[in-house]
Amino acid sequence: MATQRVVVDPITRIEGHLRIEVMLDEHGTITDAISSGTMWRGLELILQGRDPRDAWAFCERICGVCTTVHALASVRAVENALGIAVPENAEIIRNIMWLAQTVQDHVIHFYHLHALDWVDIVSALKADPKATSELAQKVSPSWPKSSPGYFADMAGTLTKFVQSGQLGLFQNAYWGHPAYKLPPEANLMAVCHYLEALRWQKEIIKIHTVFGGKNPHPNYLVGGMASAIDMQSDNAINMERLNMVRTLIMDAIDIVEQLYIPDLLAVAPFYLEWANYGGGLGNYLVYGDLPQNGIGDPSKFRFPRGVILNKNLAEVLPVDLADTEQVREEVAHSWYEYQSGQDALHPWEGETRPKYAGPKPPYQQLDENGKYSWLKSPRWKGNAMEVGPLARMLVGYASGAPEFKEVVEGALGILKVPATVLFSTLGRTAARGLEARLSARWLLAEYDRLIANLKAGNTATASTERWEPSTWPAECKGFGFTEAPRGALGHWVKIKDSKIDSYQIVVPSTWNASPKDGREQHGAYEAALIGTPMADPKRPVEILRTIHSFDPCLACASHVYGPNGEKLAEVVLR
Amino acid sequence: MNSRSRRPSTYEVLREHGFDRRSFLKYCTVTAAAMGLDASMVPKVVEAMETKPRIPVIWLHGLECTCCSESFIRSSHPIAQDVVLNMISLDYDDTLQAAAGFQVEEIRKGLIQQARDGKGEYILAVEGNAPTADGGIYCTVGGDTFLNILLETAEHAKAVVAWGSCASNGCVQAARPNPTGAKPVHELIHGKPVINVPGCPPIAEVMTGVLTYILTFDRLPELDRQGRPKMYYGQRIHDKCYRRAFFDAGQFVEAWDDDGAREGWCLYKMGCRGPSTYNSCSTMKWNNGVSFPIGSGHGCIGCSENNFWDNGPFYERLSMVPLPGVESTPDQIGKTAAVVAGVGVAAHFTAFLARKAMAKGKEGESGSGEKE
Repeated sequence: MATQRVVVDPITRIEGHLRIEVMLDEHGTITDAISSGTMWRGLELILQGRDPRDAWAFCERICGVCTTVHALASVRAVENALGIAVPENAEIIRNIMWLAQTVQDHVIHFYHLHALDWVDIVSALKADPKATSELAQKVSPSWPKSSPGYFADMAGTLTKFVQSGQLGLFQNAYWGHPAYKLPPEANLMAVCHYLEALRWQKEIIKIHTVFGGKNPHPNYLVGGMASAIDMQSDNAINMERLNMVRTLIMDAIDIVEQLYIPDLLAVAPFYLEWANYGGGLGNYLVYGDLPQNGIGDPSKFRFPRGVILNKNLAEVLPVDLADTEQVREEVAHSWYEYQSGQDALHPWEGETRPKYAGPKPPYQQLDENGKYSWLKSPRWKGNAMEVGPLARMLVGYASGAPEFKEVVEGALGILKVPATVLFSTLGRTAARGLEARLSARWLLAEYDRLIANLKAGNTATASTERWEPSTWPAECKGFGFTEAPRGALGHWVKIKDSKIDSYQIVVPSTWNASPKDGREQHGAYEAALIGTPMADPKRPVEILRTIHSFDPCLACASHVYGPNGEKLAEVVLR
Repeated sequence: MNSRSRRPSTYEVLREHGFDRRSFLKYCTVTAAAMGLDASMVPKVVEAMETKPRIPVIWLHGLECTCCSESFIRSSHPIAQDVVLNMISLDYDDTLQAAAGFQVEEIRKGLIQQARDGKGEYILAVEGNAPTADGGIYCTVGGDTFLNILLETAEHAKAVVAWGSCASNGCVQAARPNPTGAKPVHELIHGKPVINVPGCPPIAEVMTGVLTYILTFDRLPELDRQGRPKMYYGQRIHDKCYRRAFFDAGQFVEAWDDDGAREGWCLYKMGCRGPSTYNSCSTMKWNNGVSFPIGSGHGCIGCSENNFWDNGPFYERLSMVPLPGVESTPDQIGKTAAVVAGVGVAAHFTAFLARKAMAKGKEGESGSGEKE
């Protein structure tokens, strides 16, 4: 029986607007939880009637943190509908951009969005620079910035910053909370690496700038990529541009191998108890990505496609995005209604009418028995699913892919823990690091693939046969997908008379942050919180740890499709 | 001003961080260059950095995609770390803040209270915009509507910086049919200086350049009729585009990946919005000068212009821009674009005059203009 309700709103260090409410029993353990997305922008409605070749630009603006992935899913959806196969170079360039995004996104998440749940900045003030240097050199012998002088300077910087009395981003947090377990030296090392990673992240994304002209929000193109390749031109992708890309890739490998992975493995032993919490659903969904033989051949993806149910790693189930019985969305606890009277709809048949039925702002709490979120509840064959790095690593591992087995078993061996620890908050955070490791390696592999193509004389980057709308069928439909940093992302499009007739997006954070469905099955965030003990309800660092382990992206998660452009919103304030 | 006088200046903080005088002066020179200032202005920057404490900044997020924050942390000069640790005191920002929940809202309310009591001041930075339909329920933070939070926080702000196209002109969620009634900041906040820094997102160094300009000179940059800093939005991308010669010569990309694309010819026929877009992309470029959209073979989509989402399709050439052939054409293009922009901003012209008057008042009051 619930004795106390704890509300955390806003959840910070995420993208977008998320509210979490949990119920605690008399021992302070979470007995129930609800996750509420508190923003809605209506992107899918805005897309209606537009030129399908423009859709990627609109969709890309769903999210500027995982910039690029919605554009990619969108061009793939339109290409699927129109029957366009992109040149191999375009596939490779898209893979390189995907990988650069994933590595950058995961590093930012680890150091800037997640680390402060585990790292106590105030404790770092007590660190001995010499001891910190010894620790750093032991943890990562190759990383150059590890001298006692470096840590003394950084400790001085930190002390003066704190003494200035203007703590900025770091004020009013949970410093000194008993849940922080790292010694001062580890805390100081982590704070220093927070700053190093902040300096580096602006470099890796220059790969997007080379091929897409800018970051955030690089340019994509239906049919391929707009950045032409010509080794004899100083105004196209040439040797100098490729050299820049390769240099950035090598730096990314260094950051992942010498900073991210060592820090992850150094911090994890202090928090092994978090292998017992935050597991949640135990159901994992992956669409797969990084095609090697065209997007239509999932058997050749670097990230295999599949579903794992009930933590059963012995079986990987097949997934079909075009099967209208598989991916379906429900609105039982969402601020929408279905006119068709059905409980669940496949995205091609999707319909959504927003109908706010929450309390009138400003409000104190939501009603877990009623509707409580702007997110819908996507389900796979009726099952609530988790998506993201943990799902990808588990499906890859369970599929027996050697590269996955190597990185997963390598990390488990160093930490001396069994594979079952993966089903947890700690496992989710570790899986993201391992995925970054694979992604950094694959960046170089895809680069080499591009060079091999160029050596063979293949320089095409765009297919233009079906660029003109006059070449399109009167009606068609398609789906596009990618594995975004936060998980499986699908776009479903219908095109009629050269315009977008309907557009539906099912986003990773919608899977993970979804409210309960019609059968009262919790979404992944909610399920993961239940059972976690809290030391101090006023300083809910435990909630942040588990929620951040999913890397929430709420701007992605909330949007809507309206069938015929009729008045969409009907609002009831109570 | 009492609370400000207690705070150390940027120079003091930097000195305590191990910067010697020489490094500090170098730092000021780079900062001045980033703001597009002449070398003669460096002493002004030095003076500002030596004496001014870090002003608190409240960075609100409404309906948006966080691309502006992501762009901000891409800044190369100054880097985000220096801005956040040494130049401003970023006291509230949901994307990067360590605290969460009510502790965050306490910070914001505390700053407002101090300003209300005349014991402090802050700059409000807004990323995203406010949905105004249906009582604002399409975006809530801490149980209250973003609309309320924005109005409450703006009331006591010293100045308001509207980051990106969402805050400046509405951007994607305000595109037809604007289901949430999303409105840019300047349509909601009145009687307060609002600086529009459009772009989806704005260039990183434009964002840090605007902030450092305000901090250095203690006044707002000169704004154009749409409230944009003239120094970054004064000219069209087309006028400074390195492919302009191909436009004038009539050499165009006709299809993706054709010979012209590989030679880097003009993208006008592929729908490039460079001729009608005011931004610094073709001069400053992106991500520390690596490239910009046209430089990587795709036309500009005009992401810093009002209503650019509804001016598509993006791959349809600008109908109002005549093809080259006679020498006067480029000027005609300019006139046409200016007229179109003028119609778009007419509604806000009055508000602009009010803002400008306020900015001038501020300048006189602080007595720290460039003339000193």
